[in-house]
Amino acid sequence: MVTILDYGAGNLTSVRLAFERLGETPRLIGRAEDWQGGRLVFPGVGSAKSGMAGLRARGFDALLRRAAAEGAPILGICLGMQLLLEGSDEDGGVEGLGLIPGRCVRFDPALDPAAKIPHMGWNTVAQAPHPLWAGVPDGSAFYFVHSYFARPSEAADVAGWTDFCGVRFASALRRGSLFATQFHPERSGEAGAGLLRAFLSWEGR
Amino acid sequence: MLLKRLIVCLDVRDGRVTKGVRFQGNVDVGDPVEMAARYCEQGADEIVFYDITASAERRACDLGMVARAARALTIPFTVGGGIRGVEDMRAALLAGADKVSLNSLAVRDPAILTQGAEAFGSQCVVLGMDARRVGPSAAIPSGYEVVVRGGREPTGRDAVAWAREAVARGAGEICLNAIDTDGVRQGYELDITRQVAEAVPVPVVASGGAGEIRHLVDVFREARADAALVASMVHSMGFTCRRIKDGLRQAGIPVR
Repeated sequence: MVTILDYGAGNLTSVRLAFERLGETPRLIGRAEDWQGGRLVFPGVGSAKSGMAGLRARGFDALLRRAAAEGAPILGICLGMQLLLEGSDEDGGVEGLGLIPGRCVRFDPALDPAAKIPHMGWNTVAQAPHPLWAGVPDGSAFYFVHSYFARPSEAADVAGWTDFCGVRFASALRRGSLFATQFHPERSGEAGAGLLRAFLSWEGR
Repeated sequence: MLLKRLIVCLDVRDGRVTKGVRFQGNVDVGDPVEMAARYCEQGADEIVFYDITASAERRACDLGMVARAARALTIPFTVGGGIRGVEDMRAALLAGADKVSLNSLAVRDPAILTQGAEAFGSQCVVLGMDARRVGPSAAIPSGYEVVVRGGREPTGRDAVAWAREAVARGAGEICLNAIDTDGVRQGYELDITRQVAEAVPVPVVASGGAGEIRHLVDVFREARADAALVASMVHSMGFTCRRIKDGLRQAGIPVR
């Protein structure tokens, strides 16, 4: 069973529909007590500050910590990836969930004055080995829309790398039963569908 | 590396994609969502649905079509035409659109760009701009004037100045349609595309004039466009998105 966390951070229509195209009927929940186990999808678009507030208001911060500790497969997407870190520089500094060591920082236009921020469009991902990449060719392109990126403390937590604005940043993270992407698999054609399909059979190990 | 995008635009009239044929009026060429799904399979990076009749009739865009597109497409899509305010934007986004394109409404009421960006984020707000070559003057230093109503109505605004203002107000992308080259198939208007692309810190989509793969190569290489929009090339001139992408790749343009 797939459960999508609805915490007021953006619209979940495209995430839900992407799973429906794969024959899955995800449940959307707005309260922590409605989770009945199984796979969790933690999407999100918007600012880190309002995202964290939305999580806390629904008890989803505790739910994600508990689910991660229990080894439930969790897929973070976009803001859902960024909030897994210890903190973000966005909105003057925001404390994150701390499930993955590291911080979220903004692209520095000084490193590449020609780069347009937000990083918007299709970019390639160089993979680090992980079961969720099983059906996705290395170097596939995914759709990105963001201005901040993850800077994890440990290279072992990186599942994918992408080059933009003068840096090679972590575009996918992994740690135990957590997998998270800065890009939007729900809007990334066959490559994205391949990743979501693999998530549906991943046991979190 | 960030790749260059190929965007397919579908003009929708009364729920169908039509094509103007001389002496015969508009001929039905297909269902917009079915066509979009085919382009998506061929490797298009994004789709734009432009609801022409909604805009003319001042009614909301067809949310049923937006919902069907959201179900069928695995790539981002934009809807334009018939957006009358923030509530119409919200409805289109909730139905599954990724972005909303604002054109004449933004000229009439620029505050909509800020309202849209504050409510949904700049990444959802595309400024659609039609520009016509008028030659440089004190009032129009770029030499290109913003026009509305399909080019019938000049606004007195300079295209580059309007692009800068729109971004300052909240637009996260600019889709620049050159009226002079639109439908002529002799290539994009490189001059104004480059001027706008160099003036704003957000992505610029070039539109109007594509008839050959070389035209896309030129607009990426010489005008610094981030994306190129095509319509008749794939609707009626026999090109597939795949063939266009292959041609771009051979020319050294990084594409998906």
